[in-house]
Amino acid sequence: MSAAESFAAGNAAERLGAVSTGNALELRGVGKMFGALAAIEDVTLTVRSGERRAVLGSNGAGKTTLFNCITGDFLPTTGTIRLFGEDVTRFPAYERIRRGLRRTYQISLLFNGLTVADNVYLACRGVSRGRFSFLRPRRGDTLVARADELIEAVHLTASRDTAVANLSYGQQRQLEIALALAGAPRVVLFDEPAAGLSPTERAELVAILNGLPEHIGYIIIEHDMDVALRVAERVSMMHNGRIFKEGTPEEIENDPEVQELYLGGGDE
Amino acid sequence: MAVVEDRRAGVQPMWVERIPPVWWALGLILLTMPAWAGDFILFQVMGWTFILGIIALSLMFLAGYGGMVSLIQMSVAAMAGYMVAIFGASGVAEISMGLPWWLYIPIAIGVAALFGTIVGALAVRTAGIYTIMITLAIASAFFYFTRQNYTIFNGYSGFNLVVPPQLFGVDWRQAVPFYYLTLGCAAICYAAVVYVSRAPFGLALQGVRDNPRRMAALGFNVTAHRVAAYTFASVIAAIGGILLVWQNAQIAPGTAGIPAVIDILVIAVVGGIGRPIGPFIGALIYVVLSTFSPDLLTAFGLSGERFNLLIGLGFLAVVFFSPDGVLGLWERWQARRARMSDPLKGGGA
Ligand SMILES: Nc1ncnc2c1ncn2[C@@H]1O[C@H](COP(=O)(O)OP(=O)(O)OP(=O)(O)O)[C@@H](O)[C@H]1O
Ligand SMILES: [Mg+2]
Repeated sequence: MSAAESFAAGNAAERLGAVSTGNALELRGVGKMFGALAAIEDVTLTVRSGERRAVLGSNGAGKTTLFNCITGDFLPTTGTIRLFGEDVTRFPAYERIRRGLRRTYQISLLFNGLTVADNVYLACRGVSRGRFSFLRPRRGDTLVARADELIEAVHLTASRDTAVANLSYGQQRQLEIALALAGAPRVVLFDEPAAGLSPTERAELVAILNGLPEHIGYIIIEHDMDVALRVAERVSMMHNGRIFKEGTPEEIENDPEVQELYLGGGDE
Repeated sequence: MAVVEDRRAGVQPMWVERIPPVWWALGLILLTMPAWAGDFILFQVMGWTFILGIIALSLMFLAGYGGMVSLIQMSVAAMAGYMVAIFGASGVAEISMGLPWWLYIPIAIGVAALFGTIVGALAVRTAGIYTIMITLAIASAFFYFTRQNYTIFNGYSGFNLVVPPQLFGVDWRQAVPFYYLTLGCAAICYAAVVYVSRAPFGLALQGVRDNPRRMAALGFNVTAHRVAAYTFASVIAAIGGILLVWQNAQIAPGTAGIPAVIDILVIAVVGGIGRPIGPFIGALIYVVLSTFSPDLLTAFGLSGERFNLLIGLGFLAVVFFSPDGVLGLWERWQARRARMSDPLKGGGA
């Protein structure tokens, strides 16, 4: 089963019930200080519902920090963040996730003591009711079935009952993606999902991203231009904590400033 | 989808057949014990083992599945014991209300669960050594409060003559009925913890233990989940506390004094906090040592009081040689035996 098919089976009611202004994310003047260091500064960014955006920038540009502010892993020091029109600036992470936001981590954050199946099941449970249920899932439980579909979509069915600690690096990256696609995602933040993957695994990743249904938008941080250009409609460039340029992949590729700072810099 | 169901339903044997023989043997021994063991063994050794095992099990649930080392479990158990004495009958007629058992048992469990939940709500925002410190601080505050408060807790002397109800015409403080009562409660608590560990609540708790940040990024309210774990653990500790007050027929501040609080930690760690059976193994070792080592020590010409030294040394040895308790030793021995008998891997280290 393809990833797209598996999402078609997702919770349609949850999607339709959501109020939408047409924008998935609206950031206004968002800044984050770590002590005296401004990791990001005055970031203003709008991502439409269903839009696929790439964020590029050198190491330490503040890309991951931007993600952390959007998901609520860290609260921003300044600015406001709207998620589907709703001001979520002060919301805890779990409230934002329950509204359709998802993310993957640059350095895998998985449950090492649990199996692949349990990891994905938890992801499905987290965005549905019954998080505190004392009843074990019964045979034919829909969430267990959904978890198995996700496991298949990221090609981990053979490792279903393997403990995460025993997975290869590439498999852990696949699992990261499965966790971010549980439930009914509406906008997903992918933090360098292709880093460290083999060419085959990269191709699979591109297929998964391109196979996502149209209503699911995402922001992807990606150093590899080849991958970024194949999966994004628009590109934002970050440097020193600020977004300094935005455009279509072609515009960005041909921009002299970008070429000087990033592409032509020779350090990537 | 069909693949999953086949894997679950088709090939595997019935759940009864999947129970390992060791468990059948253990069940048989425990059920038939009154036929060949004396009253002292049944009431004092086994009854006490089951009670301490239940209280330590509540710590195992928090520490093993939730990664939270709580030292409040003995105080929660004592709180339930006190409530039995206060709402039920005791020798202190001025305080005890003499309510029927079907009222005072739920009240005792409810009050203890509330107490444990409040402590949990204070403790869950801390981690590691700070959780230990804050729960220890509240445990000692509870000890001093019960010792100084005479209007509710009857201060230094506590309550005596607290006995189980004469249900079904049985005197439940007789050795054999009490043995089966504690065995039954221990089995139920054990089964509940095993079951919940694979239910969404328990699975999510293990997720919180492994990676709280990711759990929040999956939509879980990590703080609420941890507090709920304290509530569940408190109910289990409360059951142990009620049995404890019945066994001793009395409760006093010392029941939840700092030594008793630490003993629960020692029992859980010695047995192993990785699996729910660990606390019962730890409790058996503790009870056997504290019951028989005074005789043993006197036989060697030492003071019988020194049994704490023996327990302390045992604790040191376990923490030093097997951080995952006696259970860990056993598991490693099994793994080694499996390796030895596997011709491909041979007997290497
Ligand atoms: N938790 C933190 N505490 C202190 N400083 C931090 C923290 N997280 C990030 N920083 C700093 O903020 C700046 C931006 O870091 P960030 O991780 O957002 O960069 P990035 O663009 O994701 O880089 P990379 O391409 O290496 O992943 C860096 O200087 C980093 O050292
Ligand atoms: Mg980064």
